[in-house]
Amino acid sequence: MTAIESTNAHVHDLGMPGGPDVTTIAGAIDASVAANGPKQTALKAKDLKTDQEVRWCPGCGDYVILNAVQSFLPSLGIAREDMVIISGIGCSSRFPYYMNTYGMHSIHGRAPAIATGLAASRPDLSVWVVTGDGDALSIGGNHLIHTLRRNVNLTILLFNNRIYGLTKGQYSPTSEVGKVTKSTPMGSLDHPFNPVSLALGADATFVGRAMDSDRKGLTDVLRQAAEHQGTSLVEIYQNCNIFNDGAFELLKDPNTGPMWTIPLVHGEPLVFGPGGASCVVRDDFGGLRIAETNQVDAAQIVVHDAHREDPSYAFALSRLSSQDLRYTPMGVFRKVAKPSYDRMMTDQLEDAAAQQPADLDALLAGGDSWTVSA
Amino acid sequence: MTGTNPGISSDAHGVAPGMDPAVDSPVHSSAPGGLVKSVVELDRVVIRLAGDSGDGMQLTGGRFTSETASFGNDLSTLPNFPAEIRAPTGTLPGVSSFQLHFADHDIMTPGDAPDVLVVMNPAALKANLMDLPGGGLLIADSDEFTARNLAKVGYDSNPLEDGSLDKWQLVAVPLTSMTTDALADSGLGKKEAERSKNMFTLGLLSWMYHRPTEGTVRFLERQFRRKPQIAAANIAAFRAGFNYGETTEAFAVSYEVKPAPMAPGKYRHISGNQALAYGIIAAGQRSGLPVFLGAYPITPASDILHELSKHKSFGVRTFQAEDEIAGIGAALGASFGGALGVTTTSGPGVALKAETIGLAVMTELPLLIIDVQRGGPSTGLPTKTEQSDLLQALYGRNGEAPVPVIAPRSPGDCFDATLEAARIALTYRTPVILLSDGYLANGAEPWSIPGASELPDLRTEFATEPNGEDGEFLPYLRDPETLARAWAVPGTAGLQHRIGGLEKADKTGNISYDPENHDFMTRTRQAKVDGIAASIPATEVDDPDGDARVAVIGWGSTYGPIGAACRRIRASGRSIAQVHLRHLNPLPADLGEILARYDRVICPEMNLGQLAMVLRAKYLVDVHSHTQVRGLPFRAAELAAVFQDVIDGTTGTPATADHTDTTILDVPAQTGAAL
Ligand SMILES: Cc1ncc(C[n+]2csc(CCOP(=O)(O)OP(=O)(O)O)c2C)c(N)n1
Ligand code: SF4
Ligand SMILES: [Mg+2]
Repeated sequence: MTAIESTNAHVHDLGMPGGPDVTTIAGAIDASVAANGPKQTALKAKDLKTDQEVRWCPGCGDYVILNAVQSFLPSLGIAREDMVIISGIGCSSRFPYYMNTYGMHSIHGRAPAIATGLAASRPDLSVWVVTGDGDALSIGGNHLIHTLRRNVNLTILLFNNRIYGLTKGQYSPTSEVGKVTKSTPMGSLDHPFNPVSLALGADATFVGRAMDSDRKGLTDVLRQAAEHQGTSLVEIYQNCNIFNDGAFELLKDPNTGPMWTIPLVHGEPLVFGPGGASCVVRDDFGGLRIAETNQVDAAQIVVHDAHREDPSYAFALSRLSSQDLRYTPMGVFRKVAKPSYDRMMTDQLEDAAAQQPADLDALLAGGDSWTVSA
Repeated sequence: MTGTNPGISSDAHGVAPGMDPAVDSPVHSSAPGGLVKSVVELDRVVIRLAGDSGDGMQLTGGRFTSETASFGNDLSTLPNFPAEIRAPTGTLPGVSSFQLHFADHDIMTPGDAPDVLVVMNPAALKANLMDLPGGGLLIADSDEFTARNLAKVGYDSNPLEDGSLDKWQLVAVPLTSMTTDALADSGLGKKEAERSKNMFTLGLLSWMYHRPTEGTVRFLERQFRRKPQIAAANIAAFRAGFNYGETTEAFAVSYEVKPAPMAPGKYRHISGNQALAYGIIAAGQRSGLPVFLGAYPITPASDILHELSKHKSFGVRTFQAEDEIAGIGAALGASFGGALGVTTTSGPGVALKAETIGLAVMTELPLLIIDVQRGGPSTGLPTKTEQSDLLQALYGRNGEAPVPVIAPRSPGDCFDATLEAARIALTYRTPVILLSDGYLANGAEPWSIPGASELPDLRTEFATEPNGEDGEFLPYLRDPETLARAWAVPGTAGLQHRIGGLEKADKTGNISYDPENHDFMTRTRQAKVDGIAASIPATEVDDPDGDARVAVIGWGSTYGPIGAACRRIRASGRSIAQVHLRHLNPLPADLGEILARYDRVICPEMNLGQLAMVLRAKYLVDVHSHTQVRGLPFRAAELAAVFQDVIDGTTGTPATADHTDTTILDVPAQTGAAL
């Protein structure tokens, strides 16, 4: 079920059979959810704000993302009590405190695992994960890839500032090689992850990328991510103006940005740059390469297809960019339909319940009992 | 003839009271062929089956257990198998064994030593012979005692022939070839037919001990539903073994062990892991909450995951996570959503889960953490038992992170202990650690089947209304009695709130770095867990004589061996009190006062003295710690000797009757010993 569809209609659909002498198993949850009458789904951005003072550094990209999310979420028509935001640890992971929804600010790296349990057992909810590049890709890398391959119905917002913000500026798994930080005075040695490539390698069914300051682009990717059934990963480039200021300047600067940004629009040819001077074509090895538009045949230019089953096309797209962010595709890389984990799990429960009624006495007695008479 | 239990021959050990065959003149019966067979009545028998990991000893033992249970004996089992799935065939590391103690009276342990040892190859003989007391019955598959197999384990000559086994009653039987002969017409190849030799052996033992056979036939039909030829072969081998016993001259005697008197009711036999899994399902049903299990496979806990995965019709969701951290994380996420979150693991997994347990302490959500302990540290002894995670469970987290800890004491008790863990978790909104162990997990015993409707009512209430004075919802507003916080599940309108691992402000649950608040919240979390003691029944002290000056205190699976040792002590005319703890945190409120009553307190543990350390620290009692970490349960005889030393050292006057060191393994009711 998509976040969009996650309304009351599914609340009773938890795949729970009735017990012999207790209220139906999901009864207690159902009753709670139904306790306060019809859902209020007509929200305004201010309905999603909390009384907590926002504690990011002034100028931090996290503010812009928070504002974008608060303005956009009401358009999904989901009651705020049906939204849950689970985060890990990091500056970005403070996010849930500022959203008037249910939320859990958990522990470093584990948000996808925690959200998996919640989403799998409560398909009626719209579950979001907010995480950072260190949180998601370093300590939590394992949970991230497994969540993606399972396709649990979650929307993961990965705030990538290419630095560890909260611990005051060490290099992260997305920092460029040679990054000079407190822990790497002579420059970092590790090769960075490209989060989009990583997600596609894990067969993620939805992968997108957006820029914190690009309200329109960000909102568009978020909307598609929220509507997607299954795990959506959205990498959001986020400026940490304290420890990694200007990390995305190449793409944000009105002069250089258009040169190095490849906007992804499903069904549109991949043409970019001032005056559409650059484009994406296939290379000889089945991958993609950048070409000058006037040097190639129009038919050679790749038309973006986010719905391709085979993730290698989206992967090739993700490989166009270099560590220094030249040729960075922005938008939705991949969006394919695949049954979500929670839905399949619920189906199994329903099938099992249909085949065999839940009878605790029969279970406890088993097949090989004997009776001792008085 | 005087009936002698082959395992308890009088010359080697002296016949213990109550061990005497109850029937002095055995019943003679005529077997086909005019053979005269006699039947001897015994009150208890310990059988050990040992073979290669590939010989199916665990299955054979399990079937014999089922037959024995349905016959109505009391029983206790000890499976013992290597960590390697298939160590090289015929080698010592590959030996797998299954010990079963069954009796016509109430018993508490799988027996210190076997009366009967069945070995399927030379390796099994070598690995187990030292445990078989002289005079014991030794049945060996002579077909497997080939030069090659003997050489593998370093026998220079064949012990079945060289007289080295003279002090035992050796019966060498060609089990393998008799099995293949019996299956000559089955259409199976020789190798395949040989695999049924465990069923042949089971048939022979079933004859020897008058076990019912229908259950095994039904089991085999069920097990090989899709392979009727294999089912038929196994059944044929099983029957051939039975008939062989009836007709052969090799076994002139068969034995009868009468059913044990048990309280009227319906029984089954159950293993600890199975009981634990059923406890989880029952907790879900009785609380009205869906169960969510997040788990990563690990011995000896995996069977709980396997069992629960079969019961989706009860609304049980099972999630095989990518690691232990994800397992508990997902369980906690499910708890946040209103489910009964459960995670099952063993010691190494608990180590990985520690940080998330801390998060559950901070977020004050119900969560069951099940630790089926095994030998440690590190990978340790995966398939062997130990109790060495107690301190990890009590203290293995950063910060002041109190967690209730409880431990079952027998396989069947895993069911009740799980319900108790769920009660605490749900009532007090807290993670709870349940400490089972490998011995309980795989051991089995008869279990009085409870009625579902008589199980504790575990229903809990979710918050549905604002609880603050200004109409706001205060997630950390507490129940004045239990100190449990309000639990509102996502989806409940108006109660949106955020929780997390950062310190919470009292009542509002907002982030707070205030020094006074942190001090207050730390103490409040501790007080909440301490307060659980008020809901724990008074500690039972088992001191039938009422004049004991020495008490023995234990926890978890040592209950059986300690209890059996106490019976021996009492049978010797001494007094001893037994206290067994189910709740390890908080400890029962009356415990300090109880321990203070005794001159000496002995604490046997399968670790290096973890509970003893806690008791010393908490009650300033000079606890006598007796420890063993062999990967196996205590032997009752050894414990009794330790108890006796302490008692005699304390009273200065050894009791008159002194036979605690004899072969009484579990003193039967007939001796008049108080049970
Ligand atoms: C188990 C654990 N290890 C380390 C930390 C310290 N720590 C907190 S946040 C963080 C890195 C955060 O980086 P990122 O995820 O990129 O978030 P950002 O602050 O940049 O938004 C680290 C190492 C912790 N809180 N917990
Ligand atoms: S340290 Fe960086 S990421 Fe963290 S709040 Fe400050 S600006 Fe934002
Ligand atoms: Mg970061």
